[in-house]
Amino acid sequence: MITSPPAAELTPENPEIRPAPSQPIENFSYDNTSVKWFAYATIIWGIIGMTVGLWVALDLVFPQLNLGLAFTSFGRTRPLHTNAVIFAFVGNGIFMGVYYSLQRLCKARMYSDTLSKLHFWGWQLIIVAAVITIPLGYTSGKEYAELEWPIDILITIVWVIFGINMFGTIIKRRERHLYVAIWFYIATFVTVAVLHIVNSVEIPVTFMKSYSWYAGVQDALVQWWYGHNAVAFFLTTPYLGLMYYFIPKVAQRPVYSYRLSIIHFWALIFLYIWAGPHHLLYTSLPDWAQSLGVVFSIMLLAPSWGGMINGLLTLRGAWDKVREDVVLKFLVVAVTAYGMATFEGPMLSLKSVNGIAHFTDWIVAHVHVGALGWNGFLTFGILYWLIPKMFRTQLYSRKLANAHFWIGTLGILFYAIPMYWAGFAQSLMWKEFNADGTIANSFLDTVTHLAPMYALRSLGGVLYLTGVIMMTYNLIKTVKAGSFLANEEAEAPALAKHYVTHGKEHWHRWIERRPTQLLIFSLIVILIGGAIEFIPTFLVKSNIPTIASVKPYTPLELEGRDIYVREGCYTCHSQMIRPFRSETKRYGEYSKAGEFVYDHPFQWGSKRTGPDLHRIGGKYQDDWHYNHMYEPTSTSSGSIMPAYPWLFENKIDYTVTPKKILAMQTLGVPYPEGYDKIAVVDAQKQAKAITANLKKTLGKKGLIAPLSPDHEIIAVIAYLQRMGTDIKAKAPVTDTTSKK
Amino acid sequence: MKFINYLTSITGIGIFPLISLLVFFVFFVLLGFYIMKADKVRLNYLAAMPVEKNEKDQNKTTGINN
Repeated sequence: MITSPPAAELTPENPEIRPAPSQPIENFSYDNTSVKWFAYATIIWGIIGMTVGLWVALDLVFPQLNLGLAFTSFGRTRPLHTNAVIFAFVGNGIFMGVYYSLQRLCKARMYSDTLSKLHFWGWQLIIVAAVITIPLGYTSGKEYAELEWPIDILITIVWVIFGINMFGTIIKRRERHLYVAIWFYIATFVTVAVLHIVNSVEIPVTFMKSYSWYAGVQDALVQWWYGHNAVAFFLTTPYLGLMYYFIPKVAQRPVYSYRLSIIHFWALIFLYIWAGPHHLLYTSLPDWAQSLGVVFSIMLLAPSWGGMINGLLTLRGAWDKVREDVVLKFLVVAVTAYGMATFEGPMLSLKSVNGIAHFTDWIVAHVHVGALGWNGFLTFGILYWLIPKMFRTQLYSRKLANAHFWIGTLGILFYAIPMYWAGFAQSLMWKEFNADGTIANSFLDTVTHLAPMYALRSLGGVLYLTGVIMMTYNLIKTVKAGSFLANEEAEAPALAKHYVTHGKEHWHRWIERRPTQLLIFSLIVILIGGAIEFIPTFLVKSNIPTIASVKPYTPLELEGRDIYVREGCYTCHSQMIRPFRSETKRYGEYSKAGEFVYDHPFQWGSKRTGPDLHRIGGKYQDDWHYNHMYEPTSTSSGSIMPAYPWLFENKIDYTVTPKKILAMQTLGVPYPEGYDKIAVVDAQKQAKAITANLKKTLGKKGLIAPLSPDHEIIAVIAYLQRMGTDIKAKAPVTDTTSKK
Repeated sequence: MKFINYLTSITGIGIFPLISLLVFFVFFVLLGFYIMKADKVRLNYLAAMPVEKNEKDQNKTTGINN
């Protein structure tokens, strides 16, 4: 048996760090196969997700690309794009980087090859399920959490498998200290688990249909706590872990400041979890929660920039390498994009800025600086470094990789600049008034005005995607030229079972060696933020003043609402009128918290490609909706909304209606006892009334398709005509906030 | 009486942001102390962990630098 050698070059003369001399050297190997598979999946899903992204971008310039089919309409393909790039491209990218770096940082092979395989194939199964179900219209209607309940359960199982595999590796490690990247991985694991479970609490109605457990304001708070922290703990913390591993690794220089990384870690996970409400500024969310979101978002600037500076300054004295090494170029631009996006984020959280930017393309630009710059470029940099290394060869073409870098950078600029422009233009046009106090621009004017910007953005997408395809070719050639090292031999001294401390130990140093305790601490830290925002919003009645005239949806309206959710209308239309003159003048009375108490799920939306719909009820006649849904340009010339001809053929599925009523009753919607038994009769009665009205107004000439009360369009019209009309009944608002 | 009754009767939620701020403040003051006092040699060791060369099969190139 060999005993350990003297301390390695970088090991200081410190008894706490130096491996115990009596420990035997162990031989083991790193598993590169899982890393390779995750790398391949990252590339394949990246191309698919970005191609769908380009397609949905082009939809806004050429609405014909919606193809007139249900599964290819924007409301379904846009969630496909977001899910594919977030969970398939970045998700696989995370696992690729974690599986590579964790083994090396722990000096141990992944805990179980079987779990690695299960994790890989389980994750791909989830993605395939998403690719099939989202276009088919199976959605829970919550952004970035669209997947229905059976897939939610599968996600939970696969995530737990990942967790066991990761913790197993950490527990059997040969390195006492947990490097900061591992902290980020642990925080990612625990927080994503909490976010996913809390946001996915839903009541199943059928195999692929469920209702969110929460309603209205509460659902919005939970959803954006989830949505924001999906950005934080899926797109940011794991990638920061990768940054902390790969930048020093590639540059062959230690992290600039380990002190800063400790503060970076705790401050980031502590602050991020609170910031969700900044997605809901000026909405019906209670003011105190909005303010809390703003304050924490502003504070986030400090750790985010601390992290960015730490990443960039790691290259101090090595900037000459950046000129030569394309991997470093990608990494530097990634970290810079992170810095820009995390500066912009807090600025967008200021209420005055948010009032301008929210619901516009500005947010789309902001998101893509992060997605294309930070996540995309970091992933590409890692791929260019990993693949040649695992295949023991040189990169096929350095020139091509450089070309990818430049075309990708140009792609980001061509994407972001037109979208910023579009965002400003949109907001200014929405808010413009004539001298006589009337609104200057119709909504449609603002839409048609943006077409050139949308076209330029698509060009940005083409450039970026071209770069990715060039990378794929380059990496395929590299793979073919090399020979894959499936098991990388390594050796390290075993870890002493009993750790001897030297003198008094600080509490933080204690935690740095203990993964389980670190997990629990991280969990507590993130739960505090969630709990303090949730508990009062959920339980203190004064937060959501009830409105006596707000009644549950009729069964037909409920069916119509489900179709609205299925078609992804929320991807373009908000249902939230903010208390601005420019909005109340255009859309009507601003939205009240009490109006959404029966909305499972809420459908406030986050982007207005089309106008707000909260007060659409009664604004137009039934026949207007009928024509508009069949061919939007027939009522609104220049509209880019997709047509929905299938609603005029598909029949309303009344077989599930009673179950839906029962589910709603379980959720606390006050339908009378036994209403599920007569709900269908009520629905059919209302459908007949709408059909009769349509026949009267349209006459035989105006009929586009055979008119039947059973067609889905009738339910959609019922829902649209109901929306936002309850408070017009003029029942007094019960102000429960007043002191007794 | 169920626990939820106590939660629903929370009054003066204005105190919540203050509590949050206090929790935040105390945690980071403690962390700040730790950071100041932490052993520099040890931090340098940790900072260099990704760079450490401990793999048997040391491929010196990054594949594209040379």
